[in-house]
Amino acid sequence: MDQAKKKELKILACKVRMGIIEGVFNAKSGHPGGSLSIADVMTYLYFEEMNIDPANPKWEDRDRLVLSKGHTAPALYAAMAHRGFFPVEELKTLRKSDSRLQGHPSMKYLDGVDMSTGSLGQGISAAVGMALGAKLSGKDFRVYAPLGDGEIQEGQVWEAAMFAGNKNLDNLVAIVDNNNLQIDGTVEEVNSPYPIKEKFEAFGWNVVEICGHCFTQIEEAFNAAKATKGKPTAIIIKSVKGKGVSFMEDKCDWHGAAPNAEQYEIAMAELKAALAELEA
Amino acid sequence: MADVIKCATRDAYGKALVELGNTNDKVLVLDADLAKATKTVTFRNAFPDKFIDCGIAESNMMGVAAGLATTGYTVFASSFAMFAAGRAFEQVRNTIGYPHLNVKIGATHAGISVGEDGASHQCCEDIALMRTIPGMVIINPADDVEAYQAVLAAADYYGPVYMRFGRLAVPRVNDEATYKFEIGKGITLKDGNDVTIVATGLMVNEALMAAEELKADGIDARVINIHTIKPIDEEIIIKAAKETGAIVTAEEHSIIGGLGGAVSEVICEKAPVPVLRVGVEDTYGRSGPAVELLHLYGLDAAHIVEKAKKAVELKK
Repeated sequence: MDQAKKKELKILACKVRMGIIEGVFNAKSGHPGGSLSIADVMTYLYFEEMNIDPANPKWEDRDRLVLSKGHTAPALYAAMAHRGFFPVEELKTLRKSDSRLQGHPSMKYLDGVDMSTGSLGQGISAAVGMALGAKLSGKDFRVYAPLGDGEIQEGQVWEAAMFAGNKNLDNLVAIVDNNNLQIDGTVEEVNSPYPIKEKFEAFGWNVVEICGHCFTQIEEAFNAAKATKGKPTAIIIKSVKGKGVSFMEDKCDWHGAAPNAEQYEIAMAELKAALAELEA
Repeated sequence: MADVIKCATRDAYGKALVELGNTNDKVLVLDADLAKATKTVTFRNAFPDKFIDCGIAESNMMGVAAGLATTGYTVFASSFAMFAAGRAFEQVRNTIGYPHLNVKIGATHAGISVGEDGASHQCCEDIALMRTIPGMVIINPADDVEAYQAVLAAADYYGPVYMRFGRLAVPRVNDEATYKFEIGKGITLKDGNDVTIVATGLMVNEALMAAEELKADGIDARVINIHTIKPIDEEIIIKAAKETGAIVTAEEHSIIGGLGGAVSEVICEKAPVPVLRVGVEDTYGRSGPAVELLHLYGLDAAHIVEKAKKAVELKK
């Protein structure tokens, strides 16, 4: 990845992070921590990786994204808005009773959301079904499913992993956001999902481990997934919960809490400064 | 009297799926390692490329069905009622019901007539569970003729449908030559003015027998077959309440939340008359031959007769 592209993606990711904070602050609730940890991957997916058309969100040959970790909807919405699916200003309506931006993604409310998610462990199965649908109908679209590292404590994830491996779904990419934190503590303290790599490998997946905030590695991982035939790929991203907002980084407490006015100002000031530096 | 044809509704499910395989290239059938029991094996043998065995993982199967449906397929997902509606309830609610996807759940081995397998497999709660899901259509056919047509109708309808089939071969009550199935339309099988028996599934035949017995006692019972429990045919129920003044519901399901609940909700709000319910009395089943169990748990004509007489008394 050249420097210009990397810079462009970093700028976009910074804007996506601002969109996350804007949404969660205005909603006075939501999940900033895991939204910020997956923000770089969501930016890459929506701006580089996925074959999509914001003007035609139901295009049947489009790539699909199933946000299995549905609570990080603010990241999905911010990426979609900046990609042109709807006005960026609308991010402020997150979780309001007249908004299309439901607390967890709903395909009934917002075109461009490929699957309604939020109940953990279920999105990955739907993603597997979509990938199978592509194979059965001879289409070459790809399906991307971000999962939380706490989410993979759900048994259904492994039912889906077994099935996808057995069906050789090489058009499916699961992204495990390994920020190491869940609501009640670190994932090890609560109920360790480790080793994650070996588990997916045991189910017949190709597994790549990368830094979740490094665009060169992200690009290489998605390219490796595309080059892998006969197996689904799991990309395990080592990430920082709350990434990009200093006081939210690596803190359980920011899993599902909104910043107050003062914290909002600090967070936005940090992100604006980062953006100004990138754009300089 | 000519010999009564007996056939399990699950057999009709398998046959109807093959018919769909021949006529609708968008139909896929999923199962969870029960193809021989659910009878999706009939479809598998005819269309192996359109059959997907998901293994013993019903939760994942429901999600896979949802994902496939978003890519343009009409997906039939099959398992026993216990696992389709019970184990996978939340998957059905959140990943099929909430996005209103075109998935048809073929749930076999519903009710106590599962027989010898016992309570762990005798699902008497599925109608209650599925009824609470907004937008879910629930069909509980009385015989193989109705089941066959219901499957075809479900495929023609866009949206989630829960179809409830039995393991036991049951007497055919409908005439194959003239029967016409319509989602949401109850059928008056016998007219009457003293009391109405509203029945579903294998209890429809018991209701007809009960009406014959009641005739001997001078009670003229109406019999209505409610094959579609949701959306329920309010009109036919309200009319029956107004014209006969008392209702008995009969179902092979818990008396809580099933047909009895659905009918009571309509009657309470729109035409209050006495309603008595025949069903499984808030208890678990047990092992035993199916027919013996049906009698043991009061799911028979004799029990309907008893309740119908009580209902007539309550009118006074």
